[in-house]
Amino acid sequence: MSLALDAGSTPATLPAQRSRGYWSRVLRRLSRDPVTLACAAILLLILLAAVFAPLIAPADPFKGSMIKRLQPIGAEGFLLGTDELGRDMLTRLIYGGRQSLLMGVLPVVLAFGIGTTIGVIAGYVGGRVNMVIMRTLDVFYAFPSVLLAVAISGALGAGLNNCLLALTLVFVPQVTRVAESVTTQVRQLDYIEAARMSGAGPWMIVREQVLGNVLGPIFVYSTGLISVCMILASGLSFLGLGVKPPEPEWGLMLNTLRPAIFQNPLVAALPGAMIFITSICFNLLADGIRSAMDIRS
Amino acid sequence: MSALEQSAVADRGGPAQPLLSVKGLQKHFPVRESGALPWVKKGPARKVHAVDGVDFAVAKGETLGIVGESGCGKSTTARLIARLIDADQGSLVFDGEGVAEFGGMALKDYRRNLQMVFQDSFASLNPRLTMEEAIAFGPRAHGLPAREASARARALLARVGLAPEQFGGRYAHELSGGQRQRVNIARALAFEPRLLILDEAVAALDKSVQAQVLNLLRELKEERGLTYLFISHDLHVVRYFSDRVMVMYLGQVVEIGAVEAIYGAARHPYTSALLSAVPSMDPANRTQRSPLAGDPPNPIDPPAGCRFRDRCVHARAVCAEQAPRMLPLDAGGRHFARCHMNDLASGYASSAPAANPEAVQ
Repeated sequence: MSLALDAGSTPATLPAQRSRGYWSRVLRRLSRDPVTLACAAILLLILLAAVFAPLIAPADPFKGSMIKRLQPIGAEGFLLGTDELGRDMLTRLIYGGRQSLLMGVLPVVLAFGIGTTIGVIAGYVGGRVNMVIMRTLDVFYAFPSVLLAVAISGALGAGLNNCLLALTLVFVPQVTRVAESVTTQVRQLDYIEAARMSGAGPWMIVREQVLGNVLGPIFVYSTGLISVCMILASGLSFLGLGVKPPEPEWGLMLNTLRPAIFQNPLVAALPGAMIFITSICFNLLADGIRSAMDIRS
Repeated sequence: MSALEQSAVADRGGPAQPLLSVKGLQKHFPVRESGALPWVKKGPARKVHAVDGVDFAVAKGETLGIVGESGCGKSTTARLIARLIDADQGSLVFDGEGVAEFGGMALKDYRRNLQMVFQDSFASLNPRLTMEEAIAFGPRAHGLPAREASARARALLARVGLAPEQFGGRYAHELSGGQRQRVNIARALAFEPRLLILDEAVAALDKSVQAQVLNLLRELKEERGLTYLFISHDLHVVRYFSDRVMVMYLGQVVEIGAVEAIYGAARHPYTSALLSAVPSMDPANRTQRSPLAGDPPNPIDPPAGCRFRDRCVHARAVCAEQAPRMLPLDAGGRHFARCHMNDLASGYASSAPAANPEAVQ
């Protein structure tokens, strides 16, 4: 409370004081949103578990036992049971987070970088450049994203790198379209005209006047794509186009446990549950950031 | 003295030379074809005649008011002068030097000498920049070190009546409309410009704030020897604020002259109609009927001859046949109007009255 009072009644003798910065305000609003905080906490937990997997996992993710196949949840020594080759499920779920998070996040990060660059250029330059770029990207929209990912991945061959590349290509047009439309809106505002009047070059205008106003919406949109990307990545692995067995990865685990669905349905559903939890957390987090960033609401 | 001030163009031609001469300025916007295949030509290319041959000059240190209905080309003219959009034709001469032409002055130097204040005080400030950053952006773009640019921004904030300690760190949405417009003025002054285009700069403010901002603009003009191009639809404000007034109609200048000449002895029927549309302060002089009927004609196909003839009470056959010229009306060559009634050679006197359903008799 005292902070808010200070900001309003700064005595004239103090040095120029920035009223609470934009991002500190966003953080403050986020800290009052329990759902977003819970999602962030869960994601952090999954991320930390994945990073420190060798330290916290109770067993070796590759070591199986023919005798102890498909143990139920809560079996002695196996908190979450075992898979079809008798490997500890908890261990494999922890290790699986490494690949799944990588495949869910990295393509979106790459697509965010590439798409923002292309989209802001298309939006700021406008005219023919815009038309050529956007119509070219429209070609990608002709295919459903799952089909596109499968097609690119299939053409390039299986493997983690090709899978990441395929997913990046799927998301670049979507991010570009959002970046282009936000930039086009911002470009026609008076403050951009005023900046042009000041004689600044296009690069300086984009960097200092445009980017700050377009990155937010593009970032929020991209965060929402992470969940889609994880599901697509799991799908690719499920089809055998992504991670190869015996690597633990949630989508792949879901596939290999599929025949066991009648013997041990709960264990077989665990990787799917992980995918579900992670992606819904990313979605809710994106929603929370979106509303926290809308400062005038 | 900073690098910015050293390189600013000094007063070269002396007081007699106009600060800015605009000659034959023209801008036609192509009408975008709609439909499934927009690039397939469906007929002759159609164009909006937004600005159609505008000539005028602004003297050093004066305030030239530009008035006219919405859509008459006031703002397009401003943007053409600011070179925010490129003209189809026409030339700009700034203090004797051609702008952005061979042997003339570079666009960057021109823009340092000319700045603009927009109508929408909120849209013309970047929501993500503090007021100090917004003002310092321009000087930095011209190579002033960040520290000096900030110092200049604070000094300008103080000059326009906003304590820099209090307002320098604020964002646009934390300021009132009047305060924002003061910041916009400060930003425009950051280059020591000689000409300021005020495009409806006070139109969105309420009356008391409007008066304060106008007084500020007056003080700044005295103090820095500024020249203003004051675009407005508010005839009272223009009368109070301007030295000369230019009346525009459908992309053309129809009358230009000193404030007293325009407000006292208008020679173009459109100017008279505009002025009689101004509500009087005296309830006894209440206007009973609209002095101007109808809307301006479509600027895509402006009428041949005089563009105002469809709405003009005095229209005669000759008005449809030939376009009136801009004619000097006084010995000093300060008052011009574009109307056949002032032109003895036009044959207006012997021409038959035109049937004019739209004009109020």
